[in-house]
Amino acid sequence: MSAVVEIRDLSKRYGAVTAVDHVSLSVKRGEVYGFLGPNGAGKTTTLRMLLGLIRPTSGDITVLGRRPGDPGVLSTTGSMIEGPAFYPFLSGRDNLKVVARYAGVGAGQIDAVLETVDLATRGGDKFSTYSLGMKQRLGVAAALIKDPDLVVLDEPTNGLDPAGMRDMRALIRRLGDSGRTVILSSHMLGEVQQICDRVGVINNGTMVAESTVDELRGDSELLVRATPADVVLSTLDRIADVEAIRTVDDELRLRVDERHTAGVVRALVAAGADVHEVRRLDRQLEDVFFEITATEASHV
Amino acid sequence: MSDVINVARAELFKLVRRPAAWTLLAASAVLSQVFGYLIPYLSYAGGDSGPMEGASKEAILASTLPDQLVSNTLGGFPVFAGALALVFGALVFGGEYGWGTVKTVLTQRPGRAASMAGQFLALASAVAVGVVILFALGSVSSTAIAVAQDRSIDFPSFVDLTAGYGAGLAIMLMWASLGALLGVVLRGVALPIGLGVVWVLGVENLVTGVSSSVLTALRPLRDVLPGVNAGSLASAVMPTRPPGIDAPPGVSSYVSDGRALVTVACYVAVCLVAAMLTYRRRDVV
Repeated sequence: MSAVVEIRDLSKRYGAVTAVDHVSLSVKRGEVYGFLGPNGAGKTTTLRMLLGLIRPTSGDITVLGRRPGDPGVLSTTGSMIEGPAFYPFLSGRDNLKVVARYAGVGAGQIDAVLETVDLATRGGDKFSTYSLGMKQRLGVAAALIKDPDLVVLDEPTNGLDPAGMRDMRALIRRLGDSGRTVILSSHMLGEVQQICDRVGVINNGTMVAESTVDELRGDSELLVRATPADVVLSTLDRIADVEAIRTVDDELRLRVDERHTAGVVRALVAAGADVHEVRRLDRQLEDVFFEITATEASHV
Repeated sequence: MSDVINVARAELFKLVRRPAAWTLLAASAVLSQVFGYLIPYLSYAGGDSGPMEGASKEAILASTLPDQLVSNTLGGFPVFAGALALVFGALVFGGEYGWGTVKTVLTQRPGRAASMAGQFLALASAVAVGVVILFALGSVSSTAIAVAQDRSIDFPSFVDLTAGYGAGLAIMLMWASLGALLGVVLRGVALPIGLGVVWVLGVENLVTGVSSSVLTALRPLRDVLPGVNAGSLASAVMPTRPPGIDAPPGVSSYVSDGRALVTVACYVAVCLVAAMLTYRRRDVV
């Protein structure tokens, strides 16, 4: 698959503060790319540079083969960055008409995109009367009005109720399935895990991981609940097949291949430990995210 | 070019639905009518001693008739209508920062130069229509007074009307451009309006007054001020006032006609270029 977005060694500095530090990433055509990171990590700054709103201090960006902010690129890119921004004295529908005129596209898509984000019945209401969730959905509708090849959404599920979040996830997945490229920035790691093909993790302005969701989650873990703790830990430390041990809420989580599970249990029982629970755990993206960002933070 | 037109269409679509735009037009119209027609007419229709001293009742009535349309319409442009035009320019350009819609505008299709050019085209179009409306209201009021007082309805010649409209448009566009520049540079509405209005209503009058009396060395500075040049341009296209009727506030002849026109045009051009350079260079954060 060809790359729709290529970012190489991208940096942005504001005086002494480095917001984005030599970030490189690649987004392939037709994939849903999750862009993750804690608050202030540099996600939105990177996305703004991607859209031509901010000039990089150094580095290269190409979007659809051109420079960011090029009219030809913007005409096929739909975006919502750091929340929806519209005119409060206009209705939702009129705001979309304004966006359509700026974009140089007809108003024919307006009813369809309002329907897509479930705002068709409230399209005539003033934007200032919208709830946070409705404003968010209007922002997504505006991003879709150009029938774009590339969709950039920054926290699109902010303010949505559970049903709205479910619908938004389904919409984003449909966009990906229809051949569009989607870049999704989100704090909702569960939803990223569900809908993204690949993710990039940024922390303190630096890319710390870029991979498929499955690769990032890695192998499953073995949960072990056994006592006494000192006997259990010393026994596990002696088993060469156990690659890593971590403690979560008085439970042990072992990085150990599935075929060695029985051996671990045998060793614990032989050592005199009482084994209360043993089961396989699939690692969640959230666990990996916290591991990566905590590790990076501890290196600072 | 199509991008510029698309942006201008979008801006005009917003402007006609924006209550603040109509409020400013209404304020301009009310002030123009009150000071150009209502107060003089009440003064004429009242007792022997009206509010206008030194002018005969006949001269006061004559100042409201159709042949004085250019004077009465342009009378407020150098000061109060100009201040409202400055507010309008600041609202159109600075409002985008207040709502955060700059990013919405700049992530559609047009580049920054096209966006700015389209916004400015819309601003100029709105100002042009506003000046037409002020002239039209003045025509209606002066005609009504002429009919009521059984006076002849003699409008200025087409050439004089065109010159008056052109000068009025140039003056209002200059103020609106200054407001637009302040809106872009200061990225908001409140500060540009505050600074602009203080400048138009306070600082200009102060510098003009001081340079005419106690500190004549300031005259070169006075002669490049926007309000002074606006007043001089307005004065250049106004017909002779009836005897005893003073020129409106801010209307003066400190600067020659040609120089005033060139200076006003330069203000428009400089504001546009400076706003565009600022808009193009800045990050949208």
